[in-house]
Amino acid sequence: MQIKKISNYEWEIPKTKGMNVPGVVYASEKLIENIKEDKTIEQVKNVAKLPGIIGRSIALADAHRGYGFSIGGVAAFDMDKGVISPGGVGYDINCSIRLLKTNLKKSDVIKKRKEITEALYRKIPSGVGRGSKFQITYKELDKLLEGGAQYIIEKGFGNKEDALHIEEEGKIKWADASKVSERAKKRGIGQVGTLGAGNHFLEVQYIEEIFDKVASEAFGLEKDQVVIMLHCGSRGLGHQVASDYIKAMEKEYGIENLPDRELINAPVKSKLGQDYLKAMSSAANFAFANKQLMTHWVREELETIFPKIRIDVVYDICHNIAKIEKHKVNGKMQDVCIHRKGATRAFGPGRIEVPEDYRKIGQPVLIPGSMGTSSYVLKGTKKAEELTWGSTVHGAGRVMSRSKALREIKGKDVENALRKSGIEVKAGSIKSLVEEAPNVYKDIDEVIETVHNLGISLKVAKLKPISVIKG
Amino acid sequence: MKKFKFLEHTADIKFQAFGKSIEEAFANSSLAMFNAMYKEKIKSTKTIEISAEGHDLLSLLYNFLEELIFYLDSENFFLSEVKNIKIDKKEFKLIATLGGDAAENYKIGLDVKAVTYSDMQVSERDGKWVTQVVLDV
Repeated sequence: MQIKKISNYEWEIPKTKGMNVPGVVYASEKLIENIKEDKTIEQVKNVAKLPGIIGRSIALADAHRGYGFSIGGVAAFDMDKGVISPGGVGYDINCSIRLLKTNLKKSDVIKKRKEITEALYRKIPSGVGRGSKFQITYKELDKLLEGGAQYIIEKGFGNKEDALHIEEEGKIKWADASKVSERAKKRGIGQVGTLGAGNHFLEVQYIEEIFDKVASEAFGLEKDQVVIMLHCGSRGLGHQVASDYIKAMEKEYGIENLPDRELINAPVKSKLGQDYLKAMSSAANFAFANKQLMTHWVREELETIFPKIRIDVVYDICHNIAKIEKHKVNGKMQDVCIHRKGATRAFGPGRIEVPEDYRKIGQPVLIPGSMGTSSYVLKGTKKAEELTWGSTVHGAGRVMSRSKALREIKGKDVENALRKSGIEVKAGSIKSLVEEAPNVYKDIDEVIETVHNLGISLKVAKLKPISVIKG
Repeated sequence: MKKFKFLEHTADIKFQAFGKSIEEAFANSSLAMFNAMYKEKIKSTKTIEISAEGHDLLSLLYNFLEELIFYLDSENFFLSEVKNIKIDKKEFKLIATLGGDAAENYKIGLDVKAVTYSDMQVSERDGKWVTQVVLDV
């Protein structure tokens, strides 16, 4: 397969038969070698074949094989000629990251880390089948799907300022709960405020290093400060919305002419396309609400250990989403249907979508490392708006399969290695610890250096875990 | 005969399941899916009956497995055994009686988000049935 090196971080996939636009991978020399090993390049080419795609079919430095679209994939579609595809969002709709800051220092929590870990593990439901203690009616669930984090705040779980620091202010306006199936609601109603399992986690971290003083001050971050990172999504409700609309679109349009069955799509403005946008936005709101409720519980729980603690939301950002956003196309700002699958929005300074108190700096970008490794806060840039529809990477990206991890890694070793480096860990199962061991992921530092040097987001702070809670 | 085996997949779970009949291969597919989430023994304390339909064998398998995920999320039902399964290969319909236990009784660390059509196969050769499924986790 032909890949053309354009610069140290840019690899072009030239337009060949069937492709409407060229493809591009933004990765370092080392990362492109990883990326070439699976089906990512083929998937980037397949996305380039979809109707109405604009610019280029993009894969970022953390890309790996997904369904239809690769993970780490970004594509924009014309509102009239283009499509919207559940394969461009993924099953875990609005799998996302929230960062909370505290007024605690590293030295305040180190001695109490075991107690903190146990307390948070008890308080935040995680794993499979561990239901939420937050019981609501279906009528309330509909309100939650349309109101997102703002609905949870109105119910008394949080404050108004929390919502201002969430992408779309925690409430995506296209949401319409009537477009979400009963089946999806049944899967989700017992899961509001639950972490889930797999790669989802809650980490207590501290700021190890500040790279950008001005930006970190604007985001309210300083060295040795304790922060809390939440990674989760829309749980069974979102997974079902994806499955439902994949089925509905297959029935309506057939799969015969697709480059890949998992790239099933509908025209953006068609009834089915609009219904999916509304249902998917509802699921995204579920994820925002989910994390808002967990934020409340984190506050409640940590107040019992640190009575004077103050916890604020730094930001909350989507990793799996499709949205209508304004971008520059041929020199003119216009609406496009943007898909980010395993990718993060990274708007630069000045965009109205960036919270007012961050607007001069650029939007905070939150990138989790793998379990036990560093996470990063970056800021969005104008360069991202030029190159990647205002997008950047979402994490490290896997390199080792779960079955290989289970064969080659021992749970006790993972636990011991984490403890040795000063990280307390509490997981529902040893198996999940092994499957998410740090070495099954790409090197997060390499991924971050790539996007920083390329300029599609710039380093602000590096975070180190103290305590890890998993399903 | 082996019931199922897991294949390499970087980010997700891929398995093949086997059977002397399509019923056995489908039953083993469902056991493989739950084995991906939890490797130890699950008790069979309650019984449910489910049905699924499709427009071909692939969609029938997809809908069968999806129904089990639905029961896991909505009813906390974690599969232990397939007590009975009947498949109508012409109408692409299935009914099954399943035994399992409440998921909260176990420490399960992996959540299956969805069944996918990626690389999915249902085939028969010399009376041996093989299915192949990739699960999004």
